[in-house]
Amino acid sequence: MQYFKKTPVTDHKPNSRLAWVGQGFLLILAIIVIIILAQNLIRSPSLFAQNVIDGLKLGFVYAMIALGYTMVYGIVKLINFAHGDVFMVGAFVSYYAVTRFSLHTWAKQIFPGMPDWLVILIGSLTVILLSMVVCVLLAVTIERVAYKPLRDAPRIAALITAIGVSFFLEFFGALGFVFSPRFIPYKQPFETMSWYINNGIYPITPGSMPPDGSITFSNIFLIIVIASIFVQLLLQFLVRRTKIGIAMRATAFDKPTARLMGINVDQVISFTFAIGAAFAGLGGVLYAIAYPSIHTQMGILPGLKAFVAAVLGGIGSLPGALVGALIMGQAEALTMGYISTPMRDAIAFTILIVVLLVKPTGIFGEPEKEKA
Amino acid sequence: MRTFKFLSLVLVVSLLLSACGGGASKEVKIAILAPLSGPVPTFGVMTRDGALLAIEEWNAKGGVNGMKIVPIVEDSQCTPDPAANAANKVIDQDKVHYIIGEVCSKASIPISDIANGKKVVQISPTSTNPSVTVGTDGKVKDYIFRACFIDPFQGQVGAKFAMEKLGAKTAFIMLDQANDYVKGLAEFFEKSFTEAGGTIVGKETYTSTDTDFSAILAKIAEAKPDVVYLPDYYNIVNLATKQAKEKGITAPFIGGDGWDSSDLDLAAAAGGYFTNHYSPEDTRAEVQNFVKAFGAKYKDDSGNPKVPDALAALAYDATNLMLQAIKDAGADDPTKVKDALTKITFNGVSGKITYDASHNPVKSATILEVTKDGIKFNSVVNP
Amino acid sequence: MDFLLLSMVKIVAVLAYIYGLMWVLGHTKRWVKFLGVALAYGIIQIALSTEILTAFDRGLLFQASAITMVSLGLNLIYGFNGQFSLGQWGFYGIGAYTSADIAWRWVNGDASGFLAVLFGVVLVGFVIIGVGAFLQKVRGVPVISAFTLYLLGTVLAGAIAVGLAHLLSPLFAGGLGVTGAPGPLAQGLPLQLLFFVSVILAGAFSAEVSFLFGLPVLTLGSDYFGIATLGFTIVVNTLMVNSDTILPFPEMKGGRGMVGVPQMNEFAWLWVFVFMLLVIIVMRNLIHSSTGRTIMAVREDEIAAKAMGIDIAQTKLLAFIFGSLFAGIGGAVYAHSTGTSFLSPGTFTFLVGFNPLIIIVFGGLGSMTGTIAASFGWIFFLEGMLRVLLGQLGTEAPTWRFVLYPITLLLLMLIRPQGLLGLVEWGFLKAKIHPLRRSAAADAAADSAKLS
Repeated sequence: MQYFKKTPVTDHKPNSRLAWVGQGFLLILAIIVIIILAQNLIRSPSLFAQNVIDGLKLGFVYAMIALGYTMVYGIVKLINFAHGDVFMVGAFVSYYAVTRFSLHTWAKQIFPGMPDWLVILIGSLTVILLSMVVCVLLAVTIERVAYKPLRDAPRIAALITAIGVSFFLEFFGALGFVFSPRFIPYKQPFETMSWYINNGIYPITPGSMPPDGSITFSNIFLIIVIASIFVQLLLQFLVRRTKIGIAMRATAFDKPTARLMGINVDQVISFTFAIGAAFAGLGGVLYAIAYPSIHTQMGILPGLKAFVAAVLGGIGSLPGALVGALIMGQAEALTMGYISTPMRDAIAFTILIVVLLVKPTGIFGEPEKEKA
Repeated sequence: MRTFKFLSLVLVVSLLLSACGGGASKEVKIAILAPLSGPVPTFGVMTRDGALLAIEEWNAKGGVNGMKIVPIVEDSQCTPDPAANAANKVIDQDKVHYIIGEVCSKASIPISDIANGKKVVQISPTSTNPSVTVGTDGKVKDYIFRACFIDPFQGQVGAKFAMEKLGAKTAFIMLDQANDYVKGLAEFFEKSFTEAGGTIVGKETYTSTDTDFSAILAKIAEAKPDVVYLPDYYNIVNLATKQAKEKGITAPFIGGDGWDSSDLDLAAAAGGYFTNHYSPEDTRAEVQNFVKAFGAKYKDDSGNPKVPDALAALAYDATNLMLQAIKDAGADDPTKVKDALTKITFNGVSGKITYDASHNPVKSATILEVTKDGIKFNSVVNP
Repeated sequence: MDFLLLSMVKIVAVLAYIYGLMWVLGHTKRWVKFLGVALAYGIIQIALSTEILTAFDRGLLFQASAITMVSLGLNLIYGFNGQFSLGQWGFYGIGAYTSADIAWRWVNGDASGFLAVLFGVVLVGFVIIGVGAFLQKVRGVPVISAFTLYLLGTVLAGAIAVGLAHLLSPLFAGGLGVTGAPGPLAQGLPLQLLFFVSVILAGAFSAEVSFLFGLPVLTLGSDYFGIATLGFTIVVNTLMVNSDTILPFPEMKGGRGMVGVPQMNEFAWLWVFVFMLLVIIVMRNLIHSSTGRTIMAVREDEIAAKAMGIDIAQTKLLAFIFGSLFAGIGGAVYAHSTGTSFLSPGTFTFLVGFNPLIIIVFGGLGSMTGTIAASFGWIFFLEGMLRVLLGQLGTEAPTWRFVLYPITLLLLMLIRPQGLLGLVEWGFLKAKIHPLRRSAAADAAADSAKLS
């Protein structure tokens, strides 16, 4: 984390003069936001809760992508723009696995007597695993071919390379014989089920509207939340308790010293890319299931938002990625619900800028230690 | 150094001299400007395929006025700058006199300015913005035509259908503020719907890059309208209707020709209706011949004959219109061709086409119904 | 394949042209300078008016000129000052839309756009100077407080400017005429002069916006600054898309695109040439001045620069403002020169916004020559050569354009990460100052210094 020197642009002393002007400005902003939200909460609590739930769905997907960004950035200081496209590849692989090869029902063909729910469970897991594996292979290839030769080059060269890889994946994928230039309706490996909460939880049957004041959610929402939390815990364990995790942290902290300590830095970096890509693949499949229209540029915006979420939470911090992503999700959902949908990107970035001004390293970011 | 300077002077001169080019005589070139990359490549591919099919058919019949037709395909990306570059390129480098394209209005407008200035005839198959054929000064651009009906008519038909056939009293409108096509349809739907005594219970905007419509759908669930008007492209429709089903919204969705695609998610959009230029199920001979020819020439991913959508049909019509006009004019002369176009009566796939004073075609609209098994022909509405 | 050859000739000719222009500008004899510049202008003008350069070449030429100004600005911010900015495209868009709106209103019989921007730019200028002087006295004011004060002042000044503009615009009504029947002031030479003024106003407007935005955001570290500026580009684009709903500009027509932007037509090359030359000269003189050395010192080592008594915040802000000024001018020139009288937010999305960054890295960070050459080379390569070349290969081939482009990018980065021209400068742009301490980009230098 030594990269961001705290730039001594302004000497931000806590009791400097006229500080109240800025604080007052931020306070007024905060009050306006709170008033808008409170007003709407009182007006229709169920609609508010609905927006929060939809925001959670978005936020947990962002969290999965943000992990890859935050880890890669933490170690090689590279904004890996191609990460969003790896996410796209994950979605496409699962699409072809389901439509071309019917991979989601392979268990049925081998064991005809298997109960349906088990077939779907095994099938969906296989599809997701396949996507993850393809994404890992792709990301490691990209890292080896494009990024590794540039490790000692100027950082901007690596960044431009990342943009180049991103363009390449998008447009190469759009060629007819690769994926497709079209928006493809995604075929889910399992059926969507939804429920509504209104003094109890009831399933929604097609053709009938849930009563007024209901809050609806679907099995996709549950799967995304569970998967995202599971991934988060898994990664925490990996980074805190395993040898490779310790190596990753050491590499992030100080590459030359880590190398002196006998850590194979190149391998650790590849491993980081691999983990990030695996989660991006998982995220891609879940995103496609939740928002079932896929095309080769689908990764750009979620990728960017996830990166913003990672910065918001404090880059390099795993819980920060989750918290940042959830904040982004809520900001977007509530903006869409109560201000206007087109403004959601603007609001998301405004929040980012305000947070960075107040806490320059993000919410969970560690303050920089000056190093010689 | 001095040699280098001399060399550069020579190069500048040679550049200036070499820019002149020549063209062959016994062929007529038609440029197809389509968004093959960029935000909507599907539209570009379909447009290109439809136009190329028409050209191939004419060539098989011996060309137009005995001249072979040479298509020149350019990628205009549905974005103003590349579109202008593409138009300049085909006009200046390839000496093209006839342009089919673009799909998107925001690309067709700069092309139309260039084409009209250079006296090149342009027929846009699908750009619905009035500014494509009419300049800012209110004057009709002489050389610019289109093959599709414009937004007012389609919005009106949608509203009429919702009220009369579906008996709707209340409607909710979802629109992409940034898309003139969507905005135009929504505006005229709203106008016709309220004028006929209906109420618009809500109007919400989103952007074309959105994938999550839950906030808007939550409002729809609260407002409980009879119909939801969503005149956007199929990719948005797939997402919105899918999420609407998850939220248990039962009101039927109504849309415009943007819904028409083989990639429309039938399961999600089932129960919806949309207005369109044509239906592949229409039994008219023009339609059936076109569908057959298209399917014979193009195959989809799994090798089955491709079913042409409205974009392909309109591109096919636009190209046929252009070639028919060239034939009527009797010469490869844009001035005569544009005069021939204003007088043309053409039986196309999308109906019988004649042009009004603003170079907009006068023709009928088709209403289609989406069911789980496919898109079904519902009815035809005449202007 | 004769076209391939022709494209090569074109690219080499453009490079030779730029070399010649820089050479005459750098000449010690004054008459050579003036004659050379006039000649450089004349060659292209004659080629344009005799249509030896076709409309296709003309489009490429003007796009390249506009992007040259934008990229030079970005090179000042990133290449010379080390601030990783992705916001350049936003300022480009602001410049384009501002100037387009001024001119649109002008030819439609409404001087309020021109007056509002004129007064606004001047008043906000005073506010910035005034508040700046006040903050100089009260030292140690936190950035957010300073920003709040500037913001309040700007809002106030803006409101006064708009009020004044509405008050005074009827005075022009007689000279301007109405829509469809422009008066004497709204056509011919007066209109061309208006273009000149409105381009400068648009640039100044961009610069002032960049001051307000840069003040708080420049305190963030390098990549955080990059992301914040990327956010700026996205926000500007969102506002453009909603210019008729959220912003009160119905003539911009939101995402549908602004139709009927007045064009410079036969004067286009004159203004494009003048502004491009202006930007090049101003930037070159800035860099070769003591201020320029300050700017580069901040890039090389902030702590050392601070120890030498350099105000780092001021220096960064200065580079950022000048960079945005150039971007604004570039945008304004672009809006009036393309000949299509159409502006759409689609031109200003953040994905296209990576182009200037790619250009300056292609040309070499910290090399003005490289930037200018790369801007022209890039447009002629991507739009000119690839488009035409692939178009001849078949109907499927145009799709490959954007597959070949990133591959070229990747290969260049792998083979020559310091950019095509590295730190080479030509003629006029050649530094008379000491060579840079390190050859690679600043942050790389900083990185490797830390790692070793």
